[in-house]
Formats: sequence, structure tokens, C-alpha cells
Amino acid sequence: MKEVAFGQYYPVDSFVHRLDPRFKIVFLIGFIVAIFVASNFYGLAVCASVLIAAIAFSRVPFGKIVRAVRGVLFLVIFTALINILFHGGDTVYWSYGILCVSKEGILFSAYLVIRLVLLVVCSSLLTYTTTPVALTDGIESLLTPLKWIRFPVHALALVMSIALRMIPILMDETERIKNAQKARGADFESGNLFKRVKAFIPVLVPLLLSAFRRADELGDAMDARCYNGGHRTKYKKLRFSWRDLVGALLGAALITGVVLLRVYLGDIV
Amino acid sequence: MRIVAEDLTYIYNPASPFAVKALNGVSLTVEEGEFFGIIGHTGSGKSTFVQHLNGLIRLPSSLKKRKRPRGWKNIPPAVLKVGDFDLADPKTDFRALRKSVGMVFQYPEYQLFAETVKEDVAFGLKNFTEKGKAKPTDEEIAAAVKDALHVVGLDEGIAEQSPFDLSGGQRRRVAIAGVIVTRPEVLVLDEPAAGLDPLGKREIMELLHRIHGDWCKTVVIVSHDMDEIAENCTRVAVFSEGRVVRCAPPAELFKDAASLLALGLDIPLTAKLTLALEKRGISIDCDYTMKDFVRRVLARKGGGQ
Repeated sequence: MKEVAFGQYYPVDSFVHRLDPRFKIVFLIGFIVAIFVASNFYGLAVCASVLIAAIAFSRVPFGKIVRAVRGVLFLVIFTALINILFHGGDTVYWSYGILCVSKEGILFSAYLVIRLVLLVVCSSLLTYTTTPVALTDGIESLLTPLKWIRFPVHALALVMSIALRMIPILMDETERIKNAQKARGADFESGNLFKRVKAFIPVLVPLLLSAFRRADELGDAMDARCYNGGHRTKYKKLRFSWRDLVGALLGAALITGVVLLRVYLGDIV
Repeated sequence: MRIVAEDLTYIYNPASPFAVKALNGVSLTVEEGEFFGIIGHTGSGKSTFVQHLNGLIRLPSSLKKRKRPRGWKNIPPAVLKVGDFDLADPKTDFRALRKSVGMVFQYPEYQLFAETVKEDVAFGLKNFTEKGKAKPTDEEIAAAVKDALHVVGLDEGIAEQSPFDLSGGQRRRVAIAGVIVTRPEVLVLDEPAAGLDPLGKREIMELLHRIHGDWCKTVVIVSHDMDEIAENCTRVAVFSEGRVVRCAPPAELFKDAASLLALGLDIPLTAKLTLALEKRGISIDCDYTMKDFVRRVLARKGGGQ
């Protein structure tokens, strides 16, 4: 089984794990807003320290967090380079044609990189500390107001949870079919791109077939249990607790702080 | 080819909260020409073990240092040899190994993909062309496919059909044909008869006997079906919690039914009947195949054929 770093639950018991998923989603949105409101390094520093505290309280090992960043490393480096080279500014260190490295450019790209890393880390912290099921429950609950305009919130949540549930199953299946074809001499590792894509046909065809078969079977099984999408009760009810209150206060303080820093300290460049 | 395993250990997801020790020091020898059975509970390490045999799961020592997973440091060096292939050695030609060790997975019919049966069966044949040697001609391929379909008991006529138009049992045989078409010396099957009706099961076992010997010298099967094991195997290894707890011919193994039952495993019908008769004071000493059991019961009754 291969590991997918982005969006994998890390099963330990911690303060952050126990937070209400609805709260975590709202907090994540608030946090992202705060990152974008922060217009200088002081604001980002406040965001980063809140995030570091959250990581510490979540008991997710630091290596896991680093791995999430590694997934977007290319994007980060690319953004940094483009901005260093093209941002322009007054204090020029080096220039060649339209390329120009300046103090402002370096500062600005550092600012962007920190923003990007914070974004990735905070969203992966959510998925590390919240099971997919809790996440869909949370989203369903948050979307409830849409029921007033007859939006099928429940169906959407079901589709989401089925999709999430099927990811590991299909990944296992892929691994199994890959092994079976490897045992028949299939080679996925060598050759040019075209050859490698072609080598995947013997995996993709059975995989698609089995996905359709599973969908069929699941539909039949739901029919057999008289599923009609009507009102259903929950095994795990979501409840706000004192933890969520603590978190909410912290979140409010964070946004206020960042806004104040923006107003009083101004922009970075 | 002789299979020798010593001290084989394998951990899934090492150095993570999901770490599972699937094999915990497995030592086992399968002689050439055997029809070897592997039994054990779900999660006892059977499938993990057989996937080692053709290098789908590699010993850490056969991987480059950089590719070795973390969390392997305290695992003692293991030995795994299949014929002349040393699976602990990174220089081993794993493609050549896979040509010599055929592997039929659980529900192999779900790995079929080609438009016609012929193409699907020929897949392995085309893949295993050795470097520097001429590719097999179309006639050679057609002949090999025909032979393979014949030995698994399928009519030549279906070669041009789509595998998806066939019945479940036929598809499974096509999948087996697709593995044996390269004439591997060792054939490993994971639950070859799972999910089939009794007739389909018997047919699969019959075809395995046809393959065993001329086509593939050694056959290793993993099975939950004790009747299947008792009827067919020369020797049986019992896996439990990643270890081999017993390894004996079925006639010996099922004598000690109590220890198998204690492991939560089933025993063949013949062993159950023997136990029931024993309770009534009749002792039957058979090798636990149905034929032998019936013969001995009749002989005891006096007369009977």
C-alpha cells in the first residue's frame, strides 16, 4: 500500500482531534482568511505561531507535516523564483534584461512562500486530525441552511462519503491488479512516457470494470436495505464542547490581531 | 526448483501507527515436484508469504539502501531462494524470476483486460521475451495459447471471443491459462477455487493436477478449503500469526485435529467423520482422502468394494 500524504488521517487522540469537525472547518476558513488579510510579516508570524501551537496540540509528528509540504514543493519553488526574478523594486542587487533581483522582490517572494506553506500545512492538519467520515458529517451539517432552497444536501454528503470510502478500496485494488500484471511480466517502470502510459492499460481496464461493478453492487445493497435518502439519524452526533469554545476564542483573537497588525503596521512593500 | 525460506519477516507500513507484522520469522522448504498447501487464518501471513516467492514483495536486503523502508533496522537478515534465484540479492534478475514462478492471485478473472481471450493469454508470453532473443512469431504465440487453453480445459473456439462474454468459471480458467502459458517451473495459486460452486471447484483442482508435473513441476496453493488440501497436497504448512506452526503431509497433519481446531481452523470432512467414529469406538486409520476413507470403512465393515 502506498502512502498518500495529502489528506490522510493520523490516528492519535489529542485536543485537536477531539474538536468538532464543523468547528475545525469554520476555523480553517477563518484561518485562511487571516492568512490573506495579513499584509506583513508580523501578521504572518501570528498566524504561524497559532498554527505551530495547533500542530503541537494535535500530536501529529513533525515529519508528517513536512511531507505534506513536500507535495507542493515544486509549486513553492516555482512561485519563489518567478517573484524574485520579475517582481522588480528600488533596491536592485542584480539585473539582466527584464530579470531583476531586488530587496523588495526577495521579501515579497518570502511573503508568498510563507503564505503558501501556511495554507498547505493548515489544510493538511485538518485532514490529519479529522476522519473523512467526520469531515463529511461536518460539511453536511454546515450546508444544512441550503436545504431551504431545496438543495439535496444529504445526497451530496452521501456521494462525498462514498467517494472517500472508495479511495482506499480502489487503491488496494490498483495495487492488486498491478501485482497480478507484474507477475505476468508487465513493466511499469521502464520505457518512455508513451510506453509507460500504454503499460497501464492492463491495469486501467480491470480497475474501471471493478469500479463499475462495485457501484452496481453498492446500489443494489442500498436498495435492498430500503435506502430512500429520507430522514436518517446519526450514529455519532456532533456536539460542541468546551474545546470548541476555547478554539473559537482563539480564532476570534487571531483574526482581530491580524487585522490590527494590518491597520497599524501597513503593507510589507 | 526448490524453495527455501529462512527467518522471513515482513512489516506492512513500518514506522507508522498502522504497522503490522505480517511475517514473523517464517522458515519453510518446498521441494521440487511437490503439490504444496498453505493454510491459515485470514491475516496469518499466507498471501504475504507467497507474494515474496516471485519478488512482488521484495526482501529489504534486495533493495537499494535508499529505497529500503524505515523501521526495518532491527529485522534479522533473511534467506529466500527459489531454485538458483537468491531473492535477498539486489543483483537478481526479477523478471526472469517472474517468468519461472507463475502467480495466480485471488479471483484472477478480475485481471483480464484484453479484447479477446487470445490476446489476454498471450500477454505474459509477449512480456517475457528475453533481451537479445527474437520475439515469438504469431504462429508460436497462437500455438502456445492453444496449448494453454487446452490444458485448462477450454475449447479453442473461445480464443477469439471477448473474455467478458464468458462465464465466471471460464474466465478464471482463461486467467490461469494466461499465467501458465509461459510454462513457469513453479506455479503459485492464492485460493484458486474460491467463490466457485462444488463442480467448478473440482474442475479447477483437476486442471491443477493436469498442470502439475508436465507444465509446472511444483505447485503451491493457498487455501481455506481443508477438503481440497487433504485430497491434493503432498505437504501442508500451517500459518498462524506470521509463523509456520506446523508443516507435514496431510495424513499426519489431520491426525492431530485438535491442534488445528485450537488454531480456529477447519478440518476436512474425512477427519470429522474419523473423529465421530472414534467416539463410538471405531478407529479408522486413513490418509484423509475421501477415497481412502471410504475404502477403509468398507474394509472394516467386511467384504465391500
